[in-house]
Amino acid sequence: MSELNNKEKQNSRKGPNEVEIFVSQSLRFGVLLSASVILIGLVLFLTSGEGGYPGEYYPTQLKEIFAGALSLKPFGIILAGLVLLICTPIMRVGISALVFLKEKDWLYVGISTVVFLILVSGFFFGK
Amino acid sequence: MTIVAIKILLVSISAGILGSILGLGGGIIVTPALTLLFGVDIQHAIGASLISVISTSSGAAIAYIRDGITNIRVGMFLEIATTVGAITGALIAGLISPNLLYIIFGVLLLYSALAMLKKTKEELPEEVPLHNVASKLKLQGEYYDKALKKQVSYNVDNVYGGFGVMYGAGVISGLLGIGSGSFKVMAMDVFMKLPLKVSSATSNFMMGVTGAASAGIYLYRGDISPIISAPVAIGVLIGATIGAKIMQRLKSKTIRKLFIPVLMYVALQMMAQGLGVKL
Repeated sequence: MSELNNKEKQNSRKGPNEVEIFVSQSLRFGVLLSASVILIGLVLFLTSGEGGYPGEYYPTQLKEIFAGALSLKPFGIILAGLVLLICTPIMRVGISALVFLKEKDWLYVGISTVVFLILVSGFFFGK
Repeated sequence: MTIVAIKILLVSISAGILGSILGLGGGIIVTPALTLLFGVDIQHAIGASLISVISTSSGAAIAYIRDGITNIRVGMFLEIATTVGAITGALIAGLISPNLLYIIFGVLLLYSALAMLKKTKEELPEEVPLHNVASKLKLQGEYYDKALKKQVSYNVDNVYGGFGVMYGAGVISGLLGIGSGSFKVMAMDVFMKLPLKVSSATSNFMMGVTGAASAGIYLYRGDISPIISAPVAIGVLIGATIGAKIMQRLKSKTIRKLFIPVLMYVALQMMAQGLGVKL
């Protein structure tokens, strides 16, 4: 019974708790990182006028995108930044699962894990 | 090229501001702007609008979560419905004609716009019962409303209805790459009776995940063009950061007045699309 009361206290606590602060900070990290990479790629493309690939071509597979980014091809860098941006919400779900785990909120550990698995499987359905 | 990129950036900033205030992805601005103003083909415009959805979500959520407006539990729980829906939508996109779906969901949106009209005088939902499933999932919550300058506690109703609409929202976003935010806000506002700010912020929070669920598929298809998507991503991220600050200081009544015409526009657009009429 005392455990239940404790849980209720946690839920009704005012202001952002640990879950919120941590999830917010991880999102900020993902956003700043991906925005910087995209911006670098965009500036490189606009100043050089070239995407680094023949004609209008740009890579669409993860391996080719990151290979292009590593060899500093502007389109490769932009797309790598966009992939990081796409991964940010997925990472957010994974991190929430870990934070709920730390708080021993098993129901939500389960829910976040299910969402995370569905998301990751989405990346493979596309193949 | 640089001038075009800057123009796309500016349009995207406004899309980010509006999208983050209303809990929509900004696709309703980005897609028509890219196709009509910049002559981008619809395939790449949808790819960019998906990037816009994810950018609005992550950009706005930084502030909304930190300030406790977002209900993370509601978001997480409903994401099960939206992600499964999004994958369903992306998978059936090439298989079936989505016309009937457009009409059905268009009518549903129009209905909810009308339902919202009745709530224009109401600042916060009143006397909402706590659904027994909501209680088990600990979905009820509270937030500090900067416009009302007070702490607002709220209950959550009709979890099943909300969950069902969220699945539909996921299917639509997987099919279209846009239009899912309006369904999410509707599910939480009209069905689950959450405060509008919480609905908007939580919709924002979830949108990124729904978007990401189908983004891989669009990426592999080559729909996400680096030239178009780069200024969209950066512009929308800037806009969403600004919008998340503005929204908290607006009254819910004001947000609702902005929301209803947008909802009606999206509803009519979807029905027109389903009937094959060009608006």
